[in-house]
Amino acid sequence: MNLTLKIWRQKNANDKGKIVDYKVNDVSPDMSFLEMLDVLNQDLIDKGEEPVAFDHDCREGICGSCSMYVNGQAHGPDSMVTVCQLHMRSFNDGDTIYIEPWRATAFPVIKDLIVDRSAFDRIQHAGGFISVNTSGNTQDANAIPIEKENADRAFDAATCIGCGACVASCKNSSAMLFVSAKVSQFALLPQGQVEATDRVLNMVKQMDEEGFGNCTNTGACEVECPKGISLENIARMNREYLKASLKG
Amino acid sequence: MSGILNSSIGRKFAMALSALFLMIFLLQHFAINILSVFSPDTFNEASHFMGTFWAVQYLLQPVLIFGVIFHFVMGFVLEINNNKARKVSYAKSKGSANSSWMSRNMLLTGLVILAFMVLHFIDFWIPEINVKYIQGDMSGLINPDAADSGFRYYEELHHKFESPLRVGAYVIAFILLSLHLLHGFNSAFQSVGANNKYTKGLKGFSKVYAIGIPLGFIFIALFHHLNH
Repeated sequence: MNLTLKIWRQKNANDKGKIVDYKVNDVSPDMSFLEMLDVLNQDLIDKGEEPVAFDHDCREGICGSCSMYVNGQAHGPDSMVTVCQLHMRSFNDGDTIYIEPWRATAFPVIKDLIVDRSAFDRIQHAGGFISVNTSGNTQDANAIPIEKENADRAFDAATCIGCGACVASCKNSSAMLFVSAKVSQFALLPQGQVEATDRVLNMVKQMDEEGFGNCTNTGACEVECPKGISLENIARMNREYLKASLKG
Repeated sequence: MSGILNSSIGRKFAMALSALFLMIFLLQHFAINILSVFSPDTFNEASHFMGTFWAVQYLLQPVLIFGVIFHFVMGFVLEINNNKARKVSYAKSKGSANSSWMSRNMLLTGLVILAFMVLHFIDFWIPEINVKYIQGDMSGLINPDAADSGFRYYEELHHKFESPLRVGAYVIAFILLSLHLLHGFNSAFQSVGANNKYTKGLKGFSKVYAIGIPLGFIFIALFHHLNH
């Protein structure tokens, strides 16, 4: 396959940045998208040019590092996959592919396709945890009976890898799918009840302070989420937040 | 509870509550207007009741006006905040791959509805306020000095839809209203935290409401226009 790539190049956070065109030839359809970028980068290095900077780590869809907006969609055209699991067979010979970083005020571009997603970390620090006594007499979590349906829903919410595709896809750059997944995974379990009120209030407060937009229920986040996190979680977070606001 | 309107979720909730209130009002408005097609007398009686009953005039009407203004103002506030959340746009973005046109264009459809409401207020609400509270005529009669002249409401409504331009404007506005409701109805329930086993059924009902009510209003406008 021969492809034309239109890639966002930006030297650093202060650089204005621009789209630069590259040609990549002899791409195998069995390559992953990141392997195709590796080939491009090797070519750029051989020519003495600056390679394209992009985030990646596990390359098996669980670390949430690879954050790219490919041809107008977060993680590219395939559903339920991260960009590292996207294969070149999803494209055609002669295609022009746009590759851009996540766009959100709360996710500033550091370099090329790499954005600073530490806003998610700060939201987690604000309440995305449970306090457990670890002095040696901690109760076995499996000893607490949990309704199967709730256990499954909590597990589904916990599969969120924090990649930021929800923010990137939302026309408002809202982080509500991410935050709601983190709120839900604890709200559905008995271990999460003790700090439930503070958790949702603090996490939503931090989310607002980070400058994410407001959810208008377009559902784009749910469609583009590589882990299929459901909008039900946002409704649950709304309920938890209103309950906590009335309490606190 | 303090400061809930300053939070993103609190604003969503307030937006949704005002939307639910306006959707109930729309249903009531339609229920009375459709009477004009089947029975002008009943329509006149209902209009006179709504136009003179103190609880409607002095309690519900101010709440409605507040609800309308609040919904629009909050819509603009949210839009401004959301625009700030993404200052650099994508060179290529495929919104249609993951969301409906209606959900992405609530501001556009809302602005058309706002423009329609200005026209609608000029057509009906301002003249009504003028007759009742400035001229002081609460009789509802065509000729306030002649008790047998009959109520004026049906005549006024019928007369307004004589102009094809006005009917055209109303039809376009109702189509945009339908598009607004096709996303807004379900969105309001999601915002107040209602996403459960009833959501699927509610989505079906929302389509009936979002298409049926504006279509009904279009039918009323066309009915009066064609009966001249």
